[in-house]
Amino acid sequence: MPRNTIPNRQAICDALAAAAQHDRDIVVLCSDSRGSASLTAFFDAYPAQSVEVGIAEQNLVSIAAGLASCGKKAWAASPASFVSTRSYEQAKIDCSYSNANVKIIGISGGVSYGALGMSHHSAQDIAAMSAIPNMRVYLPSDRHQTRDLVKALLADEKPAYLRVGRNPVEDIYAEDGCPFEMGKAVWHGEAGSDIAIVATGEMVFPALLARKLLREQGISACVLDMYCVKPLDEDAVVRAASAAKAVLSVEEHAPYGGLGSRVAQVVGERCPRLLRTLSLPDAPVVTGTSAEVFACYGLDGAGIAASARELLERAGA
Amino acid sequence: MGKKPSLEELEILRWDLRRDCVDIIMAGGGGHIGGDMSVIDALAVLYARHLDIAPEAADDPDRDRFVLSKGHAMEAYYAVLCRRGFLDLADVKARFSRFGSPYIGHPNNKLAGIEANSGSLGHGLPVSVGMALAAKMDGRSYRVYTMLGDGELAEGSVWEGFMAGSNFGLDNLCAMVDRNYLQISGSTEDVMAQDPLADRIASFGWKVLAADGHDLAAIDRALDEAASVKGKPCAIILNTIKGSGSSVMENKASWHHHLPTAQEYEQIIADLSAHRKAALNA
Repeated sequence: MPRNTIPNRQAICDALAAAAQHDRDIVVLCSDSRGSASLTAFFDAYPAQSVEVGIAEQNLVSIAAGLASCGKKAWAASPASFVSTRSYEQAKIDCSYSNANVKIIGISGGVSYGALGMSHHSAQDIAAMSAIPNMRVYLPSDRHQTRDLVKALLADEKPAYLRVGRNPVEDIYAEDGCPFEMGKAVWHGEAGSDIAIVATGEMVFPALLARKLLREQGISACVLDMYCVKPLDEDAVVRAASAAKAVLSVEEHAPYGGLGSRVAQVVGERCPRLLRTLSLPDAPVVTGTSAEVFACYGLDGAGIAASARELLERAGA
Repeated sequence: MGKKPSLEELEILRWDLRRDCVDIIMAGGGGHIGGDMSVIDALAVLYARHLDIAPEAADDPDRDRFVLSKGHAMEAYYAVLCRRGFLDLADVKARFSRFGSPYIGHPNNKLAGIEANSGSLGHGLPVSVGMALAAKMDGRSYRVYTMLGDGELAEGSVWEGFMAGSNFGLDNLCAMVDRNYLQISGSTEDVMAQDPLADRIASFGWKVLAADGHDLAAIDRALDEAASVKGKPCAIILNTIKGSGSSVMENKASWHHHLPTAQEYEQIIADLSAHRKAALNA
């Protein structure tokens, strides 16, 4: 299969542009980020539904909230590293507290800007956004799931944070028949495997590679594509964990307050199992390409498989 | 909009609103009384004579919008919303600041008539920019008003809002600044100087007006003039006195947030009654 060249951010633009043809209330806002967000085509096609605020992330989110309070479906896109923390209070008060229909798109999330340093890494966005009540958090894994997620989010009127990476990621799902149900993890494999791997966003593809490697070594693994970090599909975690010898979570995020923290809460409370949370470190992330950074921290297929094996050894399996 | 109350009627109402506001604060055990008093005359004029809103049409997409950016002046806002028929004064007084009450110390948009939550400063103007922009996009004629405090102007996000307001040519947007020159730590000019304020805002591309914030006719004229400005948004600097209405609290930074003692309360009420009586006899 040829490598996919379309990044998830492009899938967002395509889905919004398709919907905007029939819905004049869709408004897209950027903070000098339309190119980075792959939203130039939207701005060109729908100038009356596009708002450029310049390099001002606080303004971006507050203006989006004001538009939303007057009936607009506001989508505010800016690099995840900036929009998730520079405009954190705007997300908390103007979007969440006021219950405004603002979808905040964090582009180039995680270590997408690998070589640009800590200022451009967003390893805190899941924790930050998840801690806000009435704010949902989604990290889609591939372009088809991204498309379906955007369609689902267009159909509701509550705030949400959506993180995607900068680079194209391999297709996981088919263009037609992507198995998407809002708020439900996508299962790869069955409950009853040796190990349950819960991954989100761009970590789903390497988790699936790890599953393949483990299978070659006689180890069964199920992978949950947990694109919905908040609200988490807790029942899927419990179902997968209960029937497994160990649980491994994988995320492109700091070790605090992200997917691993939530999975640990759910597993600890409802079905205690040996568990490990794979993540970026609690330290400035090493600079390099995304692939180099992932390999460095064991977040590639081989690294995830190695962690799974170690965990199963500790579990006495 | 039905028949507007006259300025003569408001000359009396302003003292009743202050009394309602002070009573709400007494009932709740505290409030931002100083800023309430400096802003209450402007809110009275705005709500009585300029905002095209009605409690029975609170969701009308063509209604005017108001955002209290200096959210801590909430008790004054309660008093005005009650008089305008959005809220019930007895209910507000009975429950303000009580456990689980919706009547909290800052705007809560779950209450009728309140468009956006605030409390943290520097949010109201950018949110109002979004509201005004939505009107332009939809070809609607409603206007958007916001009230900022002068201490609030130290928040950088306010200036992002000023920048965007003129960038988008939002002549349906009016930002009022409660210029009482006091904030919790003292004079605004000592804490973080804002003057020359009119020049600063004008340099961001806004039309800037000034009015005595306790002269109802002057406020009324300024709001009329603001509505006539074309092509750019308008700011009105309201020169006000923190704690206006009683010598007990006028121009005293320590009254930023304060619960009057019984003796202070008595004096405030006496002062407000004297003002009301003078207005009746005028």
